[in-house]
Amino acid sequence: MVKKRLIPCLDVRDGRTVKGIQFEGLRDAGDPVALAARYAREGADELVFLDITATNQRRQPLTELVRDVARVLDIPFTVGGGISTVADVEALLLSGADKVSINSAALARPELIADLARRFGSQCVVVAVDARLVEGEWQVMTRAGTVATGREAVAWCREAAELGAGELLLTSMSHDGTKSGFALELTRAVSDAVPVPVIASGGAGQPADFTAVFQEGGADAALAASIFHFNETALPTLKHYLHSAGISVRL
Amino acid sequence: MEIAVVDYKGGNVQSVLFALERLGASATLTADPEALHRADKVLFPGEGEASSAMEALREAGLDKVLPTLTQPFLGICLGMQLLGRHSEENDTPLLGLLPFTVQRFVPDPMHKVPHMGWNNLQVLQGPLFAGLSAADHVYFVHSYYAPVGAYTTAQATHPEPFSAAVQHRNFHGVQFHTEKSGAVGTRILANFLNL
Repeated sequence: MVKKRLIPCLDVRDGRTVKGIQFEGLRDAGDPVALAARYAREGADELVFLDITATNQRRQPLTELVRDVARVLDIPFTVGGGISTVADVEALLLSGADKVSINSAALARPELIADLARRFGSQCVVVAVDARLVEGEWQVMTRAGTVATGREAVAWCREAAELGAGELLLTSMSHDGTKSGFALELTRAVSDAVPVPVIASGGAGQPADFTAVFQEGGADAALAASIFHFNETALPTLKHYLHSAGISVRL
Repeated sequence: MEIAVVDYKGGNVQSVLFALERLGASATLTADPEALHRADKVLFPGEGEASSAMEALREAGLDKVLPTLTQPFLGICLGMQLLGRHSEENDTPLLGLLPFTVQRFVPDPMHKVPHMGWNNLQVLQGPLFAGLSAADHVYFVHSYYAPVGAYTTAQATHPEPFSAAVQHRNFHGVQFHTEKSGAVGTRILANFLNL
């Protein structure tokens, strides 16, 4: 059977630097390629690179980073952040990215999802959805979570999947950074609503949070940043923990 | 050893080229029939949608060339599916080198489609899987599959068994991404290069 996936997320800026890494023994903390290789060795199932360079800046360095990563990495990786056109996606895929993640551009022009799926296949189109709990309703946010869209999260996820998204990356902004666990009800609602895999993100603090998001949330994959970056919970330890808890993971 | 990777704008060839490079093998991306015939090994990656891929093969004349190749040949992902007879994906006739019909997975809450992620290989047969066992995982991402048949050389389940790998004569195919399956994928690719 297909295994539940653990996905470390790396923030990159200007195609090089990685934010907030405090790994011991990693000499060049600014080198996302070295960090990616380390995560792969430790058993990461996939990686996500999120370009936090402002969207109006040049994209060129990102394709160079993607080439450098693809040259050494023998597991799949997704690139996201500021991707807004078919040409952006083509450049990243030709450089060796396996999937791209789109967010604000998909909200501004939902037909972009269909265009990308037709052109490159659904398997490489990840739609990232940032949701915030406002007065009991999960609202979709855009522009790095700064602007409300008026859309309800489960409905938007369903629409994105129908348009051709091959996977959804669902982030609860209400949980992100809190280390209080994933948004289980939201994850379950989205997972039940769409036929495509759902990656849960936001709130990972301890190993039990992952058990909960796979079992109660119905997530197919879980993404986290700081829990891995700060070496609070190493990937091999987490995978063995999940295996012992009855979660099917790749050991 | 000359390795050719079939060039028909069929998706993520860069990852396959990098994987070969990591094995110390250099490959040529080509659609030239003579270069394909001359190569010691031919890799045929593919991603995306079946009818567009077949259209691209026809435009390049490759639908006639590929079936005449006699050296070890490896179709990857959609490249494996295209070796079959017919695909349910947009009702597409395929190359017809193997007798299967490609079908769509039916999703249920426990089995999402695309079948995406790491799955273990079962019932391993043949030289591609030398040194591997049913405990080994490879990376899949696909919504369509080839059923199990006499041509099947490895199986996976989602939830029913399907062909993770196929073979007929020199034509091998793997549904998973050898180039993205860590050390296990690298071993399978190396086994292919050693055929």
